[in-house]
Amino acid sequence: MLKDAGMMALASLALAMPLVGFQTVDRGAGIVLDTRFGAMFYAVAVIFVGRLLLLLIEAGHASLIQAATVALSAAWLINVAFHLYPITWPALGWLTWIVASVLAIRAWIVQRRATRPAAGYTDGVEKLGALVARIGPYLGGIAVAFAFTMPFMPFADQRMVDLGILVLTYIMLGWGLNVVVGLAGLLDLGYVAFYAVGAYSYAILSIHFDLNFWQTLPLAGAMAALFGVLLGFPVLRLRGDYLAIVTLGFGEMIRLILLNWDDLTNGPKGIGSIPRPSFFGMQFTAAPREGVTAFHEFFNLDFAPIHRIIHLYYIILFLALLTNWFTLRIRKMPIGRAWEALREDETACRALGINPTNTKLTAFAIGAMFGGFAGSFFATRQGFISPESFNFIESAIILAIVVLGGMGSQIGVVVASILLIGGPEWFRDLEAYRMLAFGGLMVAIMIWRPQGLLSHREPTIKLGPSPGARSA
Amino acid sequence: MLQIEKVHTFYGHIEALRGVDMEVKTGEIVTLIGSNGAGKSTLLMTVCGTPQASLGRVIFDGRDITHEPTHQIMRSGIAQAPEGRRIFPRMTVLENLQMGALVGDPANFAEDIEKVLAIFPILRQRQGQRGGTLSGGEQQMLAIARALMSRPRLLLLDEPSLGLAPMIVRQIFQIIREINERTGTTILLVEQNAYHALRLAHRGYVLVNGAITLTGTGSQLLANREVRAAYLEGGH
Repeated sequence: MLKDAGMMALASLALAMPLVGFQTVDRGAGIVLDTRFGAMFYAVAVIFVGRLLLLLIEAGHASLIQAATVALSAAWLINVAFHLYPITWPALGWLTWIVASVLAIRAWIVQRRATRPAAGYTDGVEKLGALVARIGPYLGGIAVAFAFTMPFMPFADQRMVDLGILVLTYIMLGWGLNVVVGLAGLLDLGYVAFYAVGAYSYAILSIHFDLNFWQTLPLAGAMAALFGVLLGFPVLRLRGDYLAIVTLGFGEMIRLILLNWDDLTNGPKGIGSIPRPSFFGMQFTAAPREGVTAFHEFFNLDFAPIHRIIHLYYIILFLALLTNWFTLRIRKMPIGRAWEALREDETACRALGINPTNTKLTAFAIGAMFGGFAGSFFATRQGFISPESFNFIESAIILAIVVLGGMGSQIGVVVASILLIGGPEWFRDLEAYRMLAFGGLMVAIMIWRPQGLLSHREPTIKLGPSPGARSA
Repeated sequence: MLQIEKVHTFYGHIEALRGVDMEVKTGEIVTLIGSNGAGKSTLLMTVCGTPQASLGRVIFDGRDITHEPTHQIMRSGIAQAPEGRRIFPRMTVLENLQMGALVGDPANFAEDIEKVLAIFPILRQRQGQRGGTLSGGEQQMLAIARALMSRPRLLLLDEPSLGLAPMIVRQIFQIIREINERTGTTILLVEQNAYHALRLAHRGYVLVNGAITLTGTGSQLLANREVRAAYLEGGH
């Protein structure tokens, strides 16, 4: 046991030496190498002790270790909260705390396994999913009602509404990608490409052709759908990992084109002063141009910048709900069912007379269209877009939302968006460590809910209690 | 109803079918027996268009379907319960049946589902259950039921007895006979279980190394010495 922990410590020493042991410091004249051996040894020691304790847990001392780690983390948290004893290396404090939590969780799992059969918790997930599916209509109703009234709640300041817009944008993107990944089962790592196409189409069309938001939106969506089909054609014969790689490349291609096609996209400088959407022709400006009514003048309000933000909030809420409504409807139509069948078994689909080519292309096109809508909204909200906004990390976040929520689950996307997009905002108090906490949260979710938060799939058809069958 | 004329099918350079001639007449149950790797499933899949025949013709109802894409063939009155069943595991029994009806007229759906559930009463009990949670025999029944949902004139069955207990196999074969007698559906059955298949079928073909070596009525083949020696002795 000691030997195992020793080997682990040695391995971590080899890793920590270059990563933690040395530090480059800028001392005016140039960069100087500094050593941090104290921190390094501390990290190695934490890993050694942690490994030893893990092995002790496996050897059957779970409850003891759990009590010890819980007590220690509690002591440490109290210390941080009340500043009792100064911790000179906050990063290592966090490290210790994370190790302690991992240990406590591990001990808890071992204890549970001892008292209960292993199948217990996968059942729990299904039950949770089924429960959410049963109360879904009410839950959805409450969520929508909350979303509608949120901007007028007492706690809704500008930052809150802005966050709401951000979360809703990702909910919409998640729902869009859910069509491709969740329903049709086509792993798309380049979804941000359609977001970008939508945003740039919107920017270019609205600037050069002087169209308003609601005129440009469908055009931008159609443009994105066209690109969806363009991507769809070459990848028709690909599945799984290979499909993922090509879509990843497609996403990068679009970004590089945007970056280099200076004449059209203005290259890395981006496109600025994209027109803002107006409220039935009324603008959200303090001093409108001649002959144009401003929103606050018409409604006799004092000018406030939040009006514009609330207006944007309702636009994205409307777009997101449209996406959701569309997806829920189409799931019950032949094409939606064909998508789901395609995800399950492509060969069987062909044997049932489903044309996999058309089915895949429509999935790509419709998913891309919603991405394009969201992109248009992004462009009009920011007023400025550049290729920087459409990195691979965006695709990864959207995909994480879909996977984390439970593939194909609409409510799951909402929950995951709030966690993933809202989460880092709430962890902002942790400053530099917020991404760490965020990562820890994701790992924890994937350990306990590998099939996503809400993986329950609601059947699209049921027979009535009487033998007389109803068709969907 | 179905004519297969001098069909050659290749997998790369390997010739899996070497000039197969075969015919299925309306209302018949025809079985194709042979050992592992003889090309039985390949022949069935060639009828479906994946892979397509390199030489020869496949004619269904007087129409040459040799080079039509699979999904189109499956919409022209042919349905298939594929090898290994291939039901949709996350969909419910009812949804699986619905997938089978995708190519048919939606107006017939309610009627067809009643008809199919009458043939397979067990599926009525299981209607809300996910396909993946059914037993092997139930999954096979679901695969056949799903194929029936498109009102096929020709039903292709690929080894329905695969991996099932003898009692369930008997039950499945009984149902296949019922389908043929009650609905008049023509059936082409590919089987390794030669005894059951030949007892059930009106006519049979024996496939060896990608070529037909024997043909005759079910009882003729059952009595044939070669067939007995190769496929029937030491079992059943």
